Parts: sequence; C-alpha cells; structure tokens
Amino acid sequence: MFYLRLFATYLRIGILGELEYRANFWISLVQSALDLSVALGGLAVVFSHTDTLGGWRQEELLALVGVYFLIGGLIRTIIRPSMTKFMEDVRQGTLDFTLTKPADSQILVSIQTVEIWRLVDVLIALPVLSIALLRLGARLGLVDTAVFAVTLLCGGLIIYSFWLMLSTCAFWFVKVENIQVIFMSMWQAGRWPVSIYPAWLRAVLTFLVPVAFATTVPASAVSGRITGATLVGTVALAAAMLLVSRWFWRVGIRFYSGASA
Amino acid sequence: MFAFYPIYRGYFRTSLMMMFQYRIAMLIWLLGGIIEPLMYLVIWRTVSLQQGGSVGGYSTNDFAVYFIAMMMVSHGTFTWIMWEYVYRIRTGHFSVMLLKPIHPIHSDIADNIGYKFLTLTVIAPTALLLAWFFDASWQPTYWTLAAFVPVLILAFLMRFYWEWSLAMVAFWTLRIDAMNQAYIVITLFFSGKLAPLSLFPQFVQRAADLLPFRWMLYFPVELLLGRVTPRDVLIGIGAQLFWLVAGYLFMQLIYRAGIKRYAAFGN
Repeated sequence: MFYLRLFATYLRIGILGELEYRANFWISLVQSALDLSVALGGLAVVFSHTDTLGGWRQEELLALVGVYFLIGGLIRTIIRPSMTKFMEDVRQGTLDFTLTKPADSQILVSIQTVEIWRLVDVLIALPVLSIALLRLGARLGLVDTAVFAVTLLCGGLIIYSFWLMLSTCAFWFVKVENIQVIFMSMWQAGRWPVSIYPAWLRAVLTFLVPVAFATTVPASAVSGRITGATLVGTVALAAAMLLVSRWFWRVGIRFYSGASA
Repeated sequence: MFAFYPIYRGYFRTSLMMMFQYRIAMLIWLLGGIIEPLMYLVIWRTVSLQQGGSVGGYSTNDFAVYFIAMMMVSHGTFTWIMWEYVYRIRTGHFSVMLLKPIHPIHSDIADNIGYKFLTLTVIAPTALLLAWFFDASWQPTYWTLAAFVPVLILAFLMRFYWEWSLAMVAFWTLRIDAMNQAYIVITLFFSGKLAPLSLFPQFVQRAADLLPFRWMLYFPVELLLGRVTPRDVLIGIGAQLFWLVAGYLFMQLIYRAGIKRYAAFGN
C-alpha cells in the first residue's frame, strides 16, 4: 500500500514535470503513430502476399503488435527513464539521495522517473489489441483471457527484471548506457513471432534478451496456441528473474561507495 | 580536388583514433543495422517458402541475397549526422568547426568513411556468415560489379548531402526526434528496406519513383542482384546525379540560412 502511494506520488511529479513541456505530448504522439505505421504497414505488405506467416494469421499478428506496443510503452514510460536516471546517479554519486530515503531502494530506483507522454504507446496499443481480440473474439473464452493477463504480467516482470540486472552492472562498469541500445535493437525483432526466426536467433531472443516472453508468449495466449508447459515456464521464469535481479541488486548496492558526496 | 587529399588524410587519422577509444560503442551501434535486415530477411524468406518458393518474382534465395546486400549497402550509405548536429549546436561545439577555414561537411564525410572502413571488419564477416547460414547463392557478373562501384559512391554522396541538409534543421529547433523518426519511417517504406519495392502496391511504387530514397538503397541492391539492365543502370545513375546536385544546392541554401541563425552557446 505504501509503495502504491509512493508510485502515485512519483506519477504525479512526472505529470507535473511533463505538463511543462506539453509539446512533448504531440511529439510522442507523432513518434508512436510512426512506429505504428511501420508495424501495420509491414503487416499489410506481408499479408498482401500470403495468408499466414509461420502459421500465424493476420489478426493474431495484430494482437502481437498490440502486445508489443503495450509492453514497449511500459518500458518507455517507466523502466527506461528510471534506469537511465539510476545509471546517471551512480556515475555522479547522487544515488546517495535515493539510498538515504526510508523506503526500499530498488523500488525507489525503479519508479523514480515517469515519462508520462510515452503512455501514448499504451493508448495506441489498446485499440489495436481490442480490434485484434474482437476479430479473434469467437474463440476467446474466460480462461484464455485470464492466461493472457497472466502472461502479459509475467512478460512485463521479466523485462523489468532484465533491465534491472543490466542497469545494476552500472555499479561495476560506470558506463553502461549502451546496453540499452542493445536491448532496443533486439526489441524490434519482437514485432514478429519468434517462432519464425532461425533457432540461434530464437534462442538469443528467448534466453539472452527475453523479448519472446514479453511479446510472443502473451500473443500466443490469445491466439490459443500456448501450451501448458510454456505458461508454467513463463510464470516460473518471471518469479526466478524477480528473485535473481533482487539478489543481484543487493550485491551491487553493497559494492556502491558513493563517488562524490 | 587534390588539394583536399592531405586534409582528408588528417581527418581520417584523427577520426580513427577517436573511434578506437569507443570500440564497444561502435560495435553496439552496428547491432541495429544487422537485426533489421535480418528480421525482414527471415520474414520474406518464410513467406516465400510458404508460397512455394517465390513471391513477386523473387525466389527464396533472392530474398536472402537481397537483404544481405541491403544490409551492406545500407551500412555503406547510412549517416548519423541528424543526431550529431543537435548535440553540436546545443553544446556550442559547432563554433569550433566554424573557425576552421574549410566547410564542416568535409570532416563529417571523412568521419563517416573512416567509421565505415573500420566497421567493415564486422559487417563483412556478418554478411558472409548470414550468406552461409541461409545458403544464399549469388552469381554476380563483371559488369554489374564494375557498375556497382560508381553507383554506391553516388548513393553514399547523395544520401550524405540530403541527410546533412536535414541535420541543419537543428539551427531552427533542437527537438528533432520526431522529424528524424519520420525520416527513418519514410525511408523504410520507399527505399526497399522493408521489402523489395516491386512487392508494394502501385501507389507506393509511383511515390518511390518521385522520391530520392530508392536511388540510395534499392537501386544499388538490385544492381548487385543483377536484376537491372544496362539501360536501367544509366537511368539510375542519371537519377542519382540529379538528386546529388539537388542535394548539394539544397545543402548550400540551408547551410547559409542556418549559419545566420546560429548563436553560439557554451565555449
């Protein structure tokens, strides 16, 4: 409860800060619309030459695009700005201010910057996802919906834990911003189902950079192709990664000595 | 022309030395340029296999060769100048460039070429690896290879002049992210990066005819694939020359106007 209130506070600060720069809303809107046009344009061109892609139908891939934007919006709104700020803090020694606050440092670091205008991605994702779900509608029962929600949540948690672990490396190697570039380069491959990629790339996108769990797995839940094993595996991985990233964070924070203050 | 030779040699030396300082970052920047064509390669290959081995006149093998060639040509011609200029103007680094008795575009061209040669050591093996993995077979003819050299150089120059001109927008506004992204999306659709242009609907192809982008990427790639006639090559080189001259004139205009607006911040 306390942490929810804390998050609400940071969210309010984020909104107040960004309201100063209202033009950013329009810029974000343009950027999201452009991203969407790439995703939908790509789909349109591909499906003008085929009916299915690796066994996926058009509306199933539309659902995948929706999931891609939803999780991508989450990354751009909270995870990336917060982690960027954290790495900056480590370099400048200003992390001290966060550490001295009477709350869990990992949570503070994870929610400290909210770029509210980036929620446009989420706003775009919702209609895309709704259209896809409506078209798939007939075959989507209550169980499928629940499984979808669970995989979406797990996907989000996996991505978050992954970013946290990468960012924690900042304690040892001060300059790690480029790691984000690696992630965002790989992330774009998540617009398409990982099953179509060759085995080595699929392995990279599943285990090295867990893009598959955040995009393909939730989308396969709505298209009814998820297996019990995948579901259990996803939940187990989310739990394991949360624990491991937590442990890694604690090790890292012990290493931090405060560069300037 | 030859007066530039020692100047460029000096620029190459300093830019290479600088790049060796940022080895890891250089490698990481390459990743996006590899993942994107690889992604479209896999997708179109899958489509082609499903359709019984060919789509719109491209065989499964053609798609592999097309996107590997696209990766190379795209690597050869891309620039990052549209992001760099904002930084230069915001920090006032641009003032230093103005002091030098030579047009600032020359150091940028030298930087770009230096980077390309250095990173060729990664991109070329990657291309070979992909070719091996996707079992791509490519039989170039001598004349296409010979024609490819001037075509690639022209593609590089025309792309450089256009993107350098667009970078000048930073003199008017520093918030160029959306504009840059719009530019990237437009090139994605009209340059053949997403798919060979002939797979697009007619109106996209007609629009691509009127824009410079197909001559930057699609044309050199198609030439490498041997899918153009000698007559097409002459038309293509003519179009490239046209856009190069237009880009050069545009650059002169916008650069002069921009310089007048520039008020140095910082140092």
